Amino acid sequence: MTNTAFRTETLTKVYQTGDVAVHALRGVDLTLPLGEMSVLLGASGSGKSTLLNILGGLDTATSGRVWFEDMELTAMGQADLTRYRRDHVGFVFQFYNLVPSLTARENVALVTEIARDPMKPADALARVGLEHRLDHFPAQLSGGEQQRVAIARAIAKRPEILLCDEPTGALDSQTGIRVLEALQHVNEEFGTTTVVITHNVSIRKIAHRVINLADGRIVSEHVNTHRLQPSEVTW
Amino acid sequence: MSALDRKVLRDLARLWAQGLAIAMVLAAGVATLVLGIGAQNSLSETRAAYYERYRFADVFAGAKRAPEEVADRLAAIPGVAAVHTRIKEVALLDIPDQSEPATGVFLSLPVTGRPRLNDFYLLSGRLPDPDSRHEVLANETFAKEHGFQAGATFAAILNGKKRDLVITGVMMLPEYIYALGPGDLVPDGRRFGVFAMPYKALAGAFDLDGAFNDVAVDVLRGTTEAAVIDAVDEILAPYGGVGAYDREDHQSNAFIDAELVQLRSMSFVIPPIFLAIAAFLVNITIARLIALEREQIGLMKAIGYSTWAVGFHYMKLVMLIALVGVVIGWGAGWWLGRGLTRLYGDFFNFPFLIFTMRPDIYMIAAGAGLAAAVVGAVNAISGVVRLPPAVAMSPPAPPRYRKLFTERLGLLKRAPMALTMALRNITRWPIRASLTTLGLALSIATLVGAMFAEASVDLMLEATFFGAERQDATLTFTEITPIRAVEAARQLPGVLRVEPFRTVPIRLSKGHLSERTSLSGKPLNGDLSRVIDFDLNPISLPDQGIAMSDMLADLIDARRGDLVTVEILAGRRETHEVRVTAIVQDFFGLSAYANIATLNTLLRDGNAVDGVHIAFDANDREDLFARVKEIPAIAAIALQGRSLKLFRDIVERNILTMMWVYTLLAVVIAFGVVYNSVRIQLSERARELASLRVLGFTRAEVSFILLGELTLLCLVAIPLGWVLGFGMAWIVIQGLQSELYRVPLIVNRDTYGYATAVFVTVAVVSALVVRNRIDHLDLIAVLKTRD
Repeated sequence: MTNTAFRTETLTKVYQTGDVAVHALRGVDLTLPLGEMSVLLGASGSGKSTLLNILGGLDTATSGRVWFEDMELTAMGQADLTRYRRDHVGFVFQFYNLVPSLTARENVALVTEIARDPMKPADALARVGLEHRLDHFPAQLSGGEQQRVAIARAIAKRPEILLCDEPTGALDSQTGIRVLEALQHVNEEFGTTTVVITHNVSIRKIAHRVINLADGRIVSEHVNTHRLQPSEVTW
Repeated sequence: MSALDRKVLRDLARLWAQGLAIAMVLAAGVATLVLGIGAQNSLSETRAAYYERYRFADVFAGAKRAPEEVADRLAAIPGVAAVHTRIKEVALLDIPDQSEPATGVFLSLPVTGRPRLNDFYLLSGRLPDPDSRHEVLANETFAKEHGFQAGATFAAILNGKKRDLVITGVMMLPEYIYALGPGDLVPDGRRFGVFAMPYKALAGAFDLDGAFNDVAVDVLRGTTEAAVIDAVDEILAPYGGVGAYDREDHQSNAFIDAELVQLRSMSFVIPPIFLAIAAFLVNITIARLIALEREQIGLMKAIGYSTWAVGFHYMKLVMLIALVGVVIGWGAGWWLGRGLTRLYGDFFNFPFLIFTMRPDIYMIAAGAGLAAAVVGAVNAISGVVRLPPAVAMSPPAPPRYRKLFTERLGLLKRAPMALTMALRNITRWPIRASLTTLGLALSIATLVGAMFAEASVDLMLEATFFGAERQDATLTFTEITPIRAVEAARQLPGVLRVEPFRTVPIRLSKGHLSERTSLSGKPLNGDLSRVIDFDLNPISLPDQGIAMSDMLADLIDARRGDLVTVEILAGRRETHEVRVTAIVQDFFGLSAYANIATLNTLLRDGNAVDGVHIAFDANDREDLFARVKEIPAIAAIALQGRSLKLFRDIVERNILTMMWVYTLLAVVIAFGVVYNSVRIQLSERARELASLRVLGFTRAEVSFILLGELTLLCLVAIPLGWVLGFGMAWIVIQGLQSELYRVPLIVNRDTYGYATAVFVTVAVVSALVVRNRIDHLDLIAVLKTRD
């Protein structure tokens, strides 16, 4: 057992859009230790979402290699990637991506039904402070509440990895802080390796590690010696 | 229940309107199949059971007068199981309170009670006393039309002598399921009756004691009927036999056959077309519906559901929609089929109706319906589930629109923005636009296919009653009469014109092909009863040779100029080689025509006639009818005006009812297609439209942009639908052709017009329903979600 959650080697990704080739990643070498909360920073088009998607098995690399612990993701087929996502990864998206026709509890159940060792949907929702909103439909919840349902859905299967793409992007600062508290709580309580994409510079102060991307490359990497609590940041 | 299954149900609830529209389209297809085949099966099983129970014979023959001993010789023919001999005579009736003379067929009842073959079902009353000279059983339609029950009386002119008769009971006969009087084109219970009378009384009236003039034969299974027919003909020839025939040529049976053929074509031609169209529409609709679920599919894959699990999840949704359609279709088809069977049951005279539900048809209909939905879904789902989840979850890359060809040429620069947007959308997704157009066109085609029949039948009536048979009445004589009877007929009250006719049963053959039919002799330049072609122009009969309908010519492979063999099945029963001098297109029967003089030459019995067609002054109608009733030589009178009216009634009841049913189903299909097209467009473009609203466009403008594209597609679809509709009408017509009548293919402007009007109405209504949704677009919510 290594202490490394993710390791990448000269990871590249090229999107072909019509006649135009877009180089989203241009040789990324990265190592993320287990149990850390890392923040990926960067401008639009810097490649952070692509990197996160490849780490999460949502997308495949054009070249280069990626390992999760001992598993080489870049060597896996679609079926293995599905199993990898199902067993190890939780996702939180900017726009929540809840199923509108299912209640909060059912949205979480969607995951717990296929997970190996899930917590109860109600427990997962309680951990993000939504124990009173179990049977509400997404349309009946505020943006922050919806995002917390998404986090509950992500953590309900006790994943080793939690990948968050702009989890506070659509939220005001007060609501965003509640979401960050939930993320930090999960990271600390379960030791879940968490990777958060954000435009929000304030958030980097609560992470262990901050990685800056630009134009498909890592331009800097910084480890926080002193981390702030979510309640101490503002934006 | 798993969360995923709960999602299926909630999605179904959310998409109920669209789901129902798809289900209804499918239901229409399923219903046509169940309806047509259900009615057809019920009818043919009812007939089979009726025949079986009342021992309907296999071979029938008439003679002039055969001694009763001949029956034993007939029974000795190899393969004959049973023989029933009887007297069958036609007579004019005089019914109280009815000025028009009616015609009756009188059948003798055996001394022993009931007939061995061609038995009857006694609805009410009792059998006549075998020794009574006045008691009869009357058939049900005649009794019903006149309100006659046991005890009612009327008179008949039996062999020239008027006799008062008493009805002792009411019956139904398997040989008169379709009870057509002599010279009539349609059954008329008021003017035609069938009566069963004790043998003694009937034999006495017609001097046939110890003899018979009609025979029914039951043939053992496995025996060729042709051999029995030949043997019967040979035995009866010395007794004036007029050619034995089998069930196929039995008038009532042949009409039901024709009706069954028609129903079969209705159930094997229209339903597969409807079902195929429904399948296609369901296919394209579901494909687009699934495409809209792209993000949720991506999400489920991101969470860790396998491609199969996601695919199966959507398949469940589609199957549920399809299942609803199938169940509605089953129900509607069963209900309509039962109604149709009843309708036919009224029209034909059956003592009972057997409703059959063939499970295989229900299964086939369901299978086809479900398969259509599944195939549509598989295509769409596989397209989406194959995408990597990251790609699926993000909306599809913005489509690369191009400037229109016309724009590049500098045209259309000033075109309204809505038109430009609509045109660019169409050119951006040409396949989708083509499929939608095809779907719209097919729904117009089904409307044309459902509606065209009326014009065709109108032409048929026009041709028959105003082009060909223009007489007011046809008088049939009791026997072959010298030509001077024409002069006598001219002296009847009110008679303006008289034309003689002669008809003999013949077997027409060329090479190894032969057909039993009749040869009609008409005057050379007749004006009342004419032969007309498909352009409704009268054909002057050739001086020599015979003319025949193209249907008959096809059956014996005869062409103009060919020599054919005419075997006369009456009188001297001679065989002649005759040249075919004209082939005509006609609408009824399998007829051959000749100049009456030519026919008389062939028959070698002088200048004789079977009856006359007359035109009369309507003011003298009562006098004429009163006089006709007194003339012993007249066996029957057919009235064209009455036939036309009855024909119209039948057409309205049967063909138009059927037409309305199919039109209704076509409307359902059209609505389903248009509604779903607009509804899916709205989902696909909700964001774009909401953005326009935010920018300050009015609801009307936004609706215009959404509906503009559909309008353009409709404009292309309408003419295409006409062409497809004509093709569909052609296919339907092919199925309607029978030896008894041909329906001409007429798809006129009215039909196209009605179909288009219905389609446009349906389109506008569905557009308005969707328009209501545009008015309620949640602008903030739409903009809040990501692009």
